[in-house]
Amino acid sequence: MAAAPESAGTGKGGRLIDWIDQRFPLTKLWREQVSEYYAPKNFNFWYYFGSLALLILANQLITGIFLTMSYNPSATGAFASVEYIMRDVDWGWLIRYMHSTGASAFFIVVYLHMFRALLYGSHRKPRELLWIFGCLIFLVLMAEAFMGYVLPWGNMSFWGAQVIVSLFGSLPVIGGGLVEWIRGDYVIGDATLNRFFALHVAALPIALIFLVIAHLMALHEVGSNNPDGIEIKKHKDANGHPLDGIPMHPYYTVKDLVGVAGFLVIFCGVIFFAPTFGGLFLESPNFEPANPLQTPPHIAPVWYFTPFYAMLRAVPSFWGTQVWGVLVMGAAIVVLFFVPWLDRSPVRSIRYRGPLYKIMLTIFAAAFIALAVCGLKPPAGIYPMLARVCTVLYFAFFLLMPWYTKIDRVKPVPERVTGHD
Amino acid sequence: MIKHLLMIAVVLLPAGAMAQEEEIPLLHAGTDIQNVDSLQRGARNFMNYCSGCHSLKYLRYNRMGQDLNIGDKELAANLMFTSSKVFDTINSAMPSDAEAWFGKQPPDLSLVARAKGLDYIYSFLHGFYADSTRIWGVNNLYLPNAAMPHVLAERQGLQKPVFKNVPDDHGGARVVLVDVAAMTPGAMKPEEYDQFVRDIVNFLDYAAEPVKAKRQSMGIFVTLFLLVFLAFALLLKKEYWKDVH
Repeated sequence: MAAAPESAGTGKGGRLIDWIDQRFPLTKLWREQVSEYYAPKNFNFWYYFGSLALLILANQLITGIFLTMSYNPSATGAFASVEYIMRDVDWGWLIRYMHSTGASAFFIVVYLHMFRALLYGSHRKPRELLWIFGCLIFLVLMAEAFMGYVLPWGNMSFWGAQVIVSLFGSLPVIGGGLVEWIRGDYVIGDATLNRFFALHVAALPIALIFLVIAHLMALHEVGSNNPDGIEIKKHKDANGHPLDGIPMHPYYTVKDLVGVAGFLVIFCGVIFFAPTFGGLFLESPNFEPANPLQTPPHIAPVWYFTPFYAMLRAVPSFWGTQVWGVLVMGAAIVVLFFVPWLDRSPVRSIRYRGPLYKIMLTIFAAAFIALAVCGLKPPAGIYPMLARVCTVLYFAFFLLMPWYTKIDRVKPVPERVTGHD
Repeated sequence: MIKHLLMIAVVLLPAGAMAQEEEIPLLHAGTDIQNVDSLQRGARNFMNYCSGCHSLKYLRYNRMGQDLNIGDKELAANLMFTSSKVFDTINSAMPSDAEAWFGKQPPDLSLVARAKGLDYIYSFLHGFYADSTRIWGVNNLYLPNAAMPHVLAERQGLQKPVFKNVPDDHGGARVVLVDVAAMTPGAMKPEEYDQFVRDIVNFLDYAAEPVKAKRQSMGIFVTLFLLVFLAFALLLKKEYWKDVH
């Protein structure tokens, strides 16, 4: 029983652990980061999504490695190699669906994780860097997802890449050269596919892993926030442990196991019963190979990009350039980085904030979902106007934040956390 | 004689020149991927009526045989009309210059069910109507100016277009194609033809994702296992959290 986890926890275990501990801080790391890392005891439903994001990252990395073994990154072979994976590779269909469904699940989980931060003020001092690492993860994740989407080389992959890459062309002076540099060709073609493959399977996953490690290190340095938005480190027992804290292991490992099981029921439900999710996770035009001569009737990015795509389309072009939409779309991401300093509320959690923040956050969430719908629909009827209104509301939430969080009527914050699940 | 008169009456209408007003709602295919009999009939129908022009280049004969319970010998005797081996993919006999005949190379149908949807194919195969302005004498309600001849005409018979007058913006009226109706009977009753087409569509659904039926039946066991796992995870959490107050 030399390597049993309980002996690792106590440090009194077998000789193997001792041997390692003299050479590598195994027990020390385990204690500091897991078995004696104290997390607030009042985490609720919203706190499952961090560990779930980690689970999906692992899923994407592992299934991705296996997909790479059979995928052919060339304009002539990519589409057929995906069908080869779906039909001829043992369990290839399952691996591919796990990866494609995982991409959508990643964004669902990450959006909910970010919303959690806005609910409970997890971005507030001293967690600004934690938040910034998170924003960087989101940014890299978007690039990773976009390039991954191009790889199957379906018709929507091709035209999606065409639209997104040409956005850079609207930048003044450098635009044309920049687009050519990104594509590696005068058109989206083999060179583009090859470099997107390299970035998707090597560069960006490495960046993602490092950022996730930095995110977790920052988290474990400052400690987790909680639904009451108060510091549990203020009240400690005789041993120096927070009174409202419990060790991450075993308490949150078993609790997150419940989250994992619940997530897997839904995740596997999609994989086995609706892997295309009605054309939302795998779009119909992408079952036709890339065809530069045949534009799909309606080009839309995958659902998780549509809020930003809607903003891009919502901004009219003036002074003879469409760069404004691109800038607005970029600003929608950049503004996230400044949230810790835009928020001037004396309290963190929505539980003790006043009505203004609650109203603004509700409007923001509704506008974000409405933008996602607008981005999925062709720009006709009410959608262009709706997208414009929602773009304004999206930015209003952030840009007016210093004002409405300051004047909001907040409630008194308790000293200790209130209850737990 | 009446048939011919009808044909002439129909072909005199300038159908090809009329644009469709709005999207015509699709028929409902109503297929069942778990119905192996239907899939077998669909495979037979496809091989007899479609595979001359359309390939299924991602589907292998013997994979189809395994999945649809068709032995290699049966496969070779009844469903393989080319010089292919059983482990080959299903290629058509269409020469590469077919574009000169049809104006378009007949597309591969491996993934058509996923790209276009089952209802679309089912509707398309119900949508041919007589139109003398077209090279094959037929047009399609759901794909205007389709290049494909009505291969199943001897089964379904011929249909005629149904037009409707709709008011236009200038106070006049325009003639718009809205539906098709039976004109000359074919070898099959309408219900028989519906089933015949439904089997083809079901088979194309299978061809687009051979694992689909297996995926769904596996999914039931996976879900049941995960629900049990969830129950135990909940109990485990409860047990561990007893001492958290």
